[in-house]
Amino acid sequence: MKKKLSLLLAGAMALSLAACGGGTQPSGNSQAPDNSGDKVVRIGVFEPSTGDSGPGGKQEMLGMQYANHETPTVEVGGETYKVELVYADNGSDAAKAPTAAAELVSKDVALVLGTYGSSCAIAGGPTFDEAGLAAIGVTCTNPNVTAGNDYYFRICFLDPFQGTVLANFAQEKFSAKKAYLLGELGNDYDQGLLTFFEQAFDGEVVKDSFPTNTADFSTYLNKAVAEGCDVIFCPVSIAYSTQIVKLAASMGLETPILGSDTLDSNMVLEAAKDSKVKLYVSTFYQEGGAPEFDSGIKAWLASDSTAMTNNGGNDTIAAVTAMGYDAYYTALEALKAAGSIDKAAVKEALPGVTYTGISGAIAFDDTGDAIRDTAYIKTADTANNVWALETTQTVK
Amino acid sequence: MNEKKSKKGAFIALVCVAVLLALTIVLENTLDPTKNIMLFTVLKKGAVYALVASSMNLLNGFTGLFSLGQAGFMLLGAYTYAILTIPTDTRSAVYYLYGGCAINFSLPELFGGGAAGLILGVLIALILAGCVAAAVAWLIGLPVLRLKSDYLAIATLGFAEIIRAVFQWDKLGPVTNGANALKGFPTFSSFNIKGGLRLSTFVAFLLAAVCIGVILLLINSSYGRAFKAIREDEVAAEAMGINLSRHKRLSFCISSFFAGVGGGMFAMFATQAQAKTFTTAMTYEILLIVVIGGIGSISGSCIASFLYLACSEWWLRFLDTEVVLKSGFKVPLLRNGFRMVVFSIIIMVVVLFFRKGIMGDKELPDLFRARKNAKVKGGEGNG
Amino acid sequence: MQYALSIFLSGISLGGQYALIAIGYTLVYGILRLINFAHGDVFMVAGLFMVYLSSWFPLWVALPLMLVLTVLLGFAIERAAYKPLRSAPRMSVMISAIGVSYLLQNLATYVTGGLPKSYPNLPLLSDSLVIGGVSTKWVTVITPFLVVALVFALTQLINHTKVGMAMRAVAKDFETSQLMGIKINSVISMTFIIGSALAGIGSMLYFTNYPSIVPLSGALPGLRAFVAAVFGGIGSIPGAVVGAFIIGMSESVIKGSPFSIFSDAFTFALLIVILVVKPTGLFGEKVTDKV
Repeated sequence: MKKKLSLLLAGAMALSLAACGGGTQPSGNSQAPDNSGDKVVRIGVFEPSTGDSGPGGKQEMLGMQYANHETPTVEVGGETYKVELVYADNGSDAAKAPTAAAELVSKDVALVLGTYGSSCAIAGGPTFDEAGLAAIGVTCTNPNVTAGNDYYFRICFLDPFQGTVLANFAQEKFSAKKAYLLGELGNDYDQGLLTFFEQAFDGEVVKDSFPTNTADFSTYLNKAVAEGCDVIFCPVSIAYSTQIVKLAASMGLETPILGSDTLDSNMVLEAAKDSKVKLYVSTFYQEGGAPEFDSGIKAWLASDSTAMTNNGGNDTIAAVTAMGYDAYYTALEALKAAGSIDKAAVKEALPGVTYTGISGAIAFDDTGDAIRDTAYIKTADTANNVWALETTQTVK
Repeated sequence: MNEKKSKKGAFIALVCVAVLLALTIVLENTLDPTKNIMLFTVLKKGAVYALVASSMNLLNGFTGLFSLGQAGFMLLGAYTYAILTIPTDTRSAVYYLYGGCAINFSLPELFGGGAAGLILGVLIALILAGCVAAAVAWLIGLPVLRLKSDYLAIATLGFAEIIRAVFQWDKLGPVTNGANALKGFPTFSSFNIKGGLRLSTFVAFLLAAVCIGVILLLINSSYGRAFKAIREDEVAAEAMGINLSRHKRLSFCISSFFAGVGGGMFAMFATQAQAKTFTTAMTYEILLIVVIGGIGSISGSCIASFLYLACSEWWLRFLDTEVVLKSGFKVPLLRNGFRMVVFSIIIMVVVLFFRKGIMGDKELPDLFRARKNAKVKGGEGNG
Repeated sequence: MQYALSIFLSGISLGGQYALIAIGYTLVYGILRLINFAHGDVFMVAGLFMVYLSSWFPLWVALPLMLVLTVLLGFAIERAAYKPLRSAPRMSVMISAIGVSYLLQNLATYVTGGLPKSYPNLPLLSDSLVIGGVSTKWVTVITPFLVVALVFALTQLINHTKVGMAMRAVAKDFETSQLMGIKINSVISMTFIIGSALAGIGSMLYFTNYPSIVPLSGALPGLRAFVAAVFGGIGSIPGAVVGAFIIGMSESVIKGSPFSIFSDAFTFALLIVILVVKPTGLFGEKVTDKV
């Protein structure tokens, strides 16, 4: 019995090898040509939909899905292609990211969008690099994403910039002399931002890191209070930031909390609702910046209950959604500029692509980073449960 | 059991391994690397896991020491490998948070760079990775190996967690890069000759095959028989003149050595090394592979690691995508996360109903005797 | 001073919550000699039950229903995953427990879609109060008292009822008690039921304090509670409670120190020292306490 089973299993493996040898593609339905007869171009979506960055990844995907809903076709080299989004979940986990990236490579996509969270982008990057597949980072702001990787581009600002913006803001607005910095252990995004903030901040800092899956933040916040810090800077992913903000709200914390682009989410806003928390975040887009997009996506969210759930149950638009939307159109521009859906041609064309999106003008520099010098700083209007624009910051 | 494996059997096994290695070269160079990237990903990761699972099996299956510290030793190996092989000129970029690295040499460069430097550097770094893991295992073993079954499991699990915390410590940043990832070191893909042969999968298989071969030789030596005796009955084994503490320590160190080498190879596969990857969940994953393959069967561990990874990473992926049939009927249940649910149910079924795993405590040559026609399929397991 | 008080409060409430989970570990270990790795995940699932139930039913229905469902889950896990392996080697059962833990986590990911769920606000428990200038929740204050009350009730049950006597007998000698006519299976089910119910109550207290539930929420508290159980001498209920308070307190203190990164490592280091110096834990030798 056992022998038979083992031989059966071993046989299955041998068969699968043989199947691959035959040149067929065993994985899945997405390979089947679209039955409408249109030509199809695939765009890979490399985003987390599970794990602690899951909520952010889902909101970013919403931007792409809405853009895809709005413009489902693209004109490439005189032919109309239907755009199909192919998803791979990297699980917010740097260990799973390479396999998720490999899956996208195997699905024959023209280019890749994503990801939310720099750790996964850094982990998945080499796979794209090796396969010669271009990727457009949407909100992965760590410098290491594009540095040393010819195939990774991005449309957002970088952490040295963001860290400086927030440090300046802390000093100008609150005349802060002492800051408490809190980030997740081993998360490139958090740790990078903390370091850049520390470098730009002209004063004392107290720095702490919490291990993955921490639930108890009360000690950290109490420590910030006990140390007499003027601001708390916690550029952490949504799962943690909602907990921190909620705790701060219940404690009646009066120290202002500064956050990075990840905290710009309606879930964080919800956590601060009706409290005295002073929450400031730096971000890419302020709702109202593009009224047409705002009203369009709100109508779409209202018509699609799954999308609404993924957006956290209401229709406040996150900056990452706007960025996802811009990333999709940048990808279409790249396809048009390449005049082909071949990944090598797309990669060749990408550095020259320019596009004016709802979050601002997008153009790439030599390393593949977007040239951007503006960040919006928003504050949570906890009584009305909306984000209010505090200031626009630029750093030369 | 295979007390007296005939020379013929060993020869056949060697031929199988050689055929398999040749097959990986042929496969990787004839198939489109893009379309079949999942196949090669699974094969490479499978080779790494096969080695780690075999090392765990040596300890848990053959010596009967229930240890849950495998991820910790892999972490040691991965970091040692990474720190020793990151090229000197990329170090400042990797350690940008700490203003450069405290260790400023790179083994492949010490050996003159180029192909020879790469091969030598990587080999020596992997061996050192194993040595570091073995040395730490020796230290841990001093207090811990006195403990029995469950207590040993918890203590080793605890040590793995401590090792992880130490490597994430800020103060060690200039060496370990704190909690951040190490990257930029030579990976399996570095062995692909530009414009020539693609050897990345072959290298993974070759390294794993050599290490597993050593483990097999060890198991069939007098030491291996002593290990099995300890597993069966400690008191009786001691009465027969086996030095208990010495053999236990030996088994623990050797197992950790190969876990360390496996950790280095895992870093090569994942293209980065980061402490938070090596969690208890990883140990559990490897333990499940050992159980599915059969506790006490190295070839079982090998087969199981390929099957496990192929299922979890590749074959079941379709379960994660929503499917709407042409008639507009949406297939129920299929959505993100379903793959892992199905997969864990499969695991539970194996654990509950096929308690001995795929191979029980038999090795592949035992099956050959029964069925000579299983040769091709059998080759899989020896990698 | 205020800071020290806040650390103390957080440590006490954490300790109490770990104690409720640790009792589940210790009871099961005492009888089956099984480390029930799935226990932390039962705790997490109990939290998820509450999230979903409270959105469908009023609180006074949701709360008892959550406890009932958690108990059923614990019972079902025992029947499905551990009972068939009763004659198998201990390692197989432990692996089965790891498998169940894996399954529960993946199921939770599937059901929640990977999004963190926020725990409902419970009246009284969630309300804030100020002690000595430190703002905290009522749950922090209530937890230690509730734990002591529950442990007292549990020891009464074990020492003065027929079921309790059967549990003690089984813990002492599995086979002999079977010969004496004790229905082993129902006694084992009973321990799982008690353990799960306490985990349910623990989850209520824990998630009121830390109100975000993700599929891995149970893993760390589970591991710490388990360490607490071993630390106190696995199999002993007072040991588990004392161990849990020590672990909770030391975790809180270390998090407040510059070495916060070592909070888990310290927990394990403490465990290893205890195991090496006194392998049966603080209270492990007292056979009379073993259940």
